[in-house]
Amino acid sequence: METITNLAYLVSAVLFILGLKGLSSPRTARRGNLLSAMGMLIAVVVTLFDRQIIDFTYIIAGIAIGSSIGAISAWQVPMTAMPQMVAVLNGSGGGASALVAVAEFLRMTSQPGVDVSVTLVLSLLIGTVTLTGSLIAAGKLQGVLRGAPVAFPFQQTLNLILLSLAIALGVLFVISTPSLSKVVIIAIIGAMLGVLTVIPIGGADMPVVISLLNSYSGLAAAMTGFVLSNNVLIVSGALVGASGLILTNLMCKAMNRNLGNVLFGRVGVEEGGPAGITEQRRVTSHTAEDAATLLGMAHSVIIVPGYGLAVAQAQYVLQELAVQLAKRGINVRYAIHPVAGRMPGHMNVLLAEANVPYDLLYEMDAINDDFQRTDVALVVGANDVINPAARNKKGCPLYGMPILNVDKARTVIVCKRSLRPGFSGEDNEVFYLEKTLMVFGDARDTLTKIVGLVKGS
Amino acid sequence: MTGPLLISLYIFVLAIFVGFEVITKVPPLLHTPLMSGANAISGITVVGALISAGAGHSCVSTLLGLFAVILATINVVGGFLVTDRMLEMFKKR
Repeated sequence: METITNLAYLVSAVLFILGLKGLSSPRTARRGNLLSAMGMLIAVVVTLFDRQIIDFTYIIAGIAIGSSIGAISAWQVPMTAMPQMVAVLNGSGGGASALVAVAEFLRMTSQPGVDVSVTLVLSLLIGTVTLTGSLIAAGKLQGVLRGAPVAFPFQQTLNLILLSLAIALGVLFVISTPSLSKVVIIAIIGAMLGVLTVIPIGGADMPVVISLLNSYSGLAAAMTGFVLSNNVLIVSGALVGASGLILTNLMCKAMNRNLGNVLFGRVGVEEGGPAGITEQRRVTSHTAEDAATLLGMAHSVIIVPGYGLAVAQAQYVLQELAVQLAKRGINVRYAIHPVAGRMPGHMNVLLAEANVPYDLLYEMDAINDDFQRTDVALVVGANDVINPAARNKKGCPLYGMPILNVDKARTVIVCKRSLRPGFSGEDNEVFYLEKTLMVFGDARDTLTKIVGLVKGS
Repeated sequence: MTGPLLISLYIFVLAIFVGFEVITKVPPLLHTPLMSGANAISGITVVGALISAGAGHSCVSTLLGLFAVILATINVVGGFLVTDRMLEMFKKR
């Protein structure tokens, strides 16, 4: 039986890899996800035949409760809330891994070997950090907790002390007699570390944090795999750990930050920078009518959406505008910056929900050289990701960040509430260019007006 | 190091490389479903949770197992369903 179980686990691991491979194209992605789910089903079913299981009451209860909560939240969650959803899912995965590690420790009859103790401590620590860290991140994203960084004196010192304490206890756990009290204290320290490391991180840096916690949840599962000497856990955990690390790295690059800077730098304030700009500069404020006329005369338009679009719930009307323009023979495309949203790829999901075909969505590197040949760049709710200060203003927080070359387009239309700077606090040159039309107001109202005018003309 | 641990370590390291190879091919377009889908896969820890909850060892470990099963199934079921919901929306012109 053990051979059959392990062979079934191998099949699961292969299905997970094939499933992730399916995500390399939107055509095969849904099938890929189904393959992964099948792999999971096989692993669960074959485990239920395990000789160690003598009572199914708690298993059935647990699966029933977990499935209902999971399914209902998956069906109900709005696409704008996807980052919080993923954070909560990360947290439950991490928490489950930590709990399994403790339960396994309680079942041990003899003193565990060094390998098992080391991975047990790691699983416990990473699992609890993931659990509480994810919950704090979700709370911030949902607005239950304040998004702004929470800072107090000696914060880093306290974290460092806690981490050293956990490591010291872990070492003690491995070399001397393992005891339940040590397990509990390590878990508590892990939980505190999760909270303390995420509260000082601001809303704008959440894409990085969620990606990192994603990676942690995988690593926690892999460590639990070592404790149980279960290879399917090790393989899956490693896959997810790698995936989270890649995304973390991509997000850091796209935001021009390094990981240490995000975790310890306390930048990325949710409220944006100071509203008062030192020098008063002239911008030309235009009306929806001006924008509609300009769009109607264009041959090519690139739409640049930012998170402000989703805040104003203007995705649907934006797509309606794109359809109307396309009907007039205008070439309309969307340019998506990697951090346009609250998590990696978030903007693509929001636009897909608004029925924007994915072949109109272009990633930054694929479209950036086309701006100079484009009549109108229509910017809705984006700011820092189009700020040319990133190119040439040494010393400003954005310097070096890859941006969309909106300022290279022949004309620019910016739909925005006010002139307030983005997260970086850096004023945006694009707003003051002669070729830029600023249309102030709520993005949805403005776009609705423009659509009406374009339709009518 | 003992034999089984060494083999597990091999598997772990090689799987990380496979992960890097496979995931770097995922376009930014699908990064959100990638996260939720990969996340559901990390719910594989449910396999360990099932045994803890069903082995009937002690009241405490069974209870911990129960909570682990609940959390892991939220992770698995929620993760795969929400990923499917998102992927369904991606359509071509």
